Amino acid sequence: MNFLDLIWLIPLFPLCGALLMLLFGRRLDPQPVSEVAVAPGVEHTHGEPGHHHDHGHSHTHDHPHEHTHDHGHDHHHGSPLKILVSLICPGMVLISFLLSVGAVWQLTETPGRIHQLIQFTWLAGLPFHMMDGRLATFSADWGFLLDPLSSVMILVVTGIGFLIHVYSTGYMAHDNGYYRFFGYLNLFIFFMLMLVLANNYTLLFVGWEGVGLCSYLLIGFYFQKKSAGDAGKKAFIVNRVGDAGFILGMLLMFSLLGTVRFLDVNAALRSGHFHAETAGFGVLSVMALLFFIGATGKSAQFPLYVWLPDAMEGPTPVSALIHAATMVTAGVYMVARSAALFQLTPQTLNIVAGIGAFTAIFAATIGLVQNDIKRVLAYSTVSQLGYMFLALGVGAYWVAVFHLFTHAFFKALLFLGSGSVIHALGGEQDMRRMGDLKNKIPITHWTMWVGSVAIAGIPGFAGFFSKDEILWQTYSSPAGSKMLWIVGLATAGLTAFYMWRLMNMTFYGKSRVAPEVAAHIHESPPAMTVPLILLAGGGVFAGWLGVPRAWNLSERFYTFERWLEPAFASAATEAARGGAHDASTEWILMGISVAVAIIGIVVARYFYHHRPQTPGSLPRSLKPLHGLLYNKYYVDEFYDFLFVNGLCKGGGKALGAFDRNVVDGAVNGAGWLTRFSSRASMWWDTWIVDGAVRLGSFTVKLLSYPVCILQTGRVQAYALFVVVGVLVFFGYYLAGK
Amino acid sequence: MYPITTAHYIALSAALLLIGTVGVLTRRNIVIILMSIELILNAVNINLVAFSQALHNLDGQVFAIFVITDAVAEAAVGLGILIALFRNKETVLADEVDLLKW
Repeated sequence: MNFLDLIWLIPLFPLCGALLMLLFGRRLDPQPVSEVAVAPGVEHTHGEPGHHHDHGHSHTHDHPHEHTHDHGHDHHHGSPLKILVSLICPGMVLISFLLSVGAVWQLTETPGRIHQLIQFTWLAGLPFHMMDGRLATFSADWGFLLDPLSSVMILVVTGIGFLIHVYSTGYMAHDNGYYRFFGYLNLFIFFMLMLVLANNYTLLFVGWEGVGLCSYLLIGFYFQKKSAGDAGKKAFIVNRVGDAGFILGMLLMFSLLGTVRFLDVNAALRSGHFHAETAGFGVLSVMALLFFIGATGKSAQFPLYVWLPDAMEGPTPVSALIHAATMVTAGVYMVARSAALFQLTPQTLNIVAGIGAFTAIFAATIGLVQNDIKRVLAYSTVSQLGYMFLALGVGAYWVAVFHLFTHAFFKALLFLGSGSVIHALGGEQDMRRMGDLKNKIPITHWTMWVGSVAIAGIPGFAGFFSKDEILWQTYSSPAGSKMLWIVGLATAGLTAFYMWRLMNMTFYGKSRVAPEVAAHIHESPPAMTVPLILLAGGGVFAGWLGVPRAWNLSERFYTFERWLEPAFASAATEAARGGAHDASTEWILMGISVAVAIIGIVVARYFYHHRPQTPGSLPRSLKPLHGLLYNKYYVDEFYDFLFVNGLCKGGGKALGAFDRNVVDGAVNGAGWLTRFSSRASMWWDTWIVDGAVRLGSFTVKLLSYPVCILQTGRVQAYALFVVVGVLVFFGYYLAGK
Repeated sequence: MYPITTAHYIALSAALLLIGTVGVLTRRNIVIILMSIELILNAVNINLVAFSQALHNLDGQVFAIFVITDAVAEAAVGLGILIALFRNKETVLADEVDLLKW
């Protein structure tokens, strides 16, 4: 079986699942009418104490599985449709995963490790003039490209996507709109696969927008809740800003190169026709910057990151799949895909690295003080994405993809673990109302422990390898600098701190759980714990594909770098490797970063475990700083002021004034003109036309006047005229004689 | 005694015509006017009869009878109009009936 020629089937299966669910799911899902009105979802059940006792059979998430049958209210959970959905949707993703594995397996034996499959031309035949005046035809294929980069992505998307689907069958079991959730999730997988498998930028953009749509739909999944709907809209709108950059970059690419097919673009850029724009900011730099703006939107980098924390309004599996593991890495993927372009634009690369480093530390500091467990992880995600862009910015593309890969495991794990905690606590997300859950939900605890250790960067776990490689590349690469390295190192310490703060507040110390919730704490069902365990395995072992060079292990441990080499084969990787490899420096840097991570862990442990009163007193003594961090540097408020209120409302007012004065003015002016001309016309009618008519009649009247006076109406006067007339004729006759 | 000649008749006829004409033109009462018209017609009759006798031709006398018939019809119609007028306008004076003008 030739899997390479079947890669077009990989996105097709999730699409089938999505279409099945979204077209027929509603008709098949027998929902009692009353239940539709019940606000579903875990995220907003807290704040209703006594919920369990009063409505123990509620359909909300907090309902423990084992109690389901006790209350005899299992029709929702066990309905045949739900079982069918639980089989179809994860099954479709599993098929995609198996096809992906087969295709990647066969790719290893393909020379050059590139396989392009073009099915048909999807956008065709618009001739246009390129920048240099040549005539080109705008066209885009419906084509797929499997190379080392996209193979990593499809394995992550389908593999982790499958685990999260399985997890969701447990997590969403008590929610309404089960089919809808899985329909959206499958649709997301379809678009994400289109994004990473596309062989040109235009088709990539289709997937790019599609995942944005699914993100919007899933963030707003609990649409009865206003904050969820608002968060969805926010994500959609903020992403549009970035997408505008992407489109412009794409059009610029078309007009400069005449093609958007990755292989052609790379070939053109590497042909030697274009030179690196080291000195100034040329057209390539602008193009790269526009693409990077697109990436900042999708991957939540500094100016456009604000949507991601709010996206946590969505169900937790969505946060894990879309807003941690896959979709938000699309920007990283896109920049890595454009490596040939970025390599020619050092100025833009510096911007990428700067934004990445700034976002990393910026989001990490906010993460320090958040109390919502999912928000801490959301800021952590933003921070880790910043790391990836830092790696891209210093030219270490494979390292960015490597971190993307390991991050997908441990961050999905952490999100799913937090989902399991939330599930256990009946929808509680505030870490101040958690604590001492270690023994009550042991599997969740241990898997999350693994995830935290991995993200903190303890040697042996996945995050260590990728993060350390980023720090090393930042330090050693010619494009990097010590300054960026220090920022990255500080972020590593902050990461360790906030993760251990999260672990301590959630699992250790004294229980602060509300008593009525505490009675129902339960470990999640196997559908949720098994994916956690598998992901934890990934969190341990995924990193061993790219151990530090200084360790001098056998070539097997450098698989990841070797594997991605063809994708970035050019001066890019050569530059990233930074010439001679200084093993001793690398050992020292590694030691420093591990030490920083351990210090972060120890400090967090000290603050939140041994001295539980410190976290309370510290904010008081550092009130301005704490307030600044707690309120996320007031960026949202600033955007509200500048864009939402300033630009939108002010602009609305300006437009209103424009409408009133200019548009209405034009209408009124036209009306006035009509009235004026009608008046003139009336004047003409009255005085000229009517005047002429009346002049005629007046003349007639004037002329008739002498005749009028003869006609007196008196008969005798007429008789007199007759007599006079006769006499005149008589006289005339006589005179004529 | 002077014999009565045609000239006498003509003179009488002319006098009657003159009296009738002046009567028509100057009197206001429509009854008088109608009477004056009778005078004029009779002046004509005298003329017709006088020349009939002078010329020994009876045509003139036949004409005179026609004229008398005509005068009767005219008087009947005139008085009829007069009565209708009086019923509507309460007047028999010609100068008060002057509506038929511009």
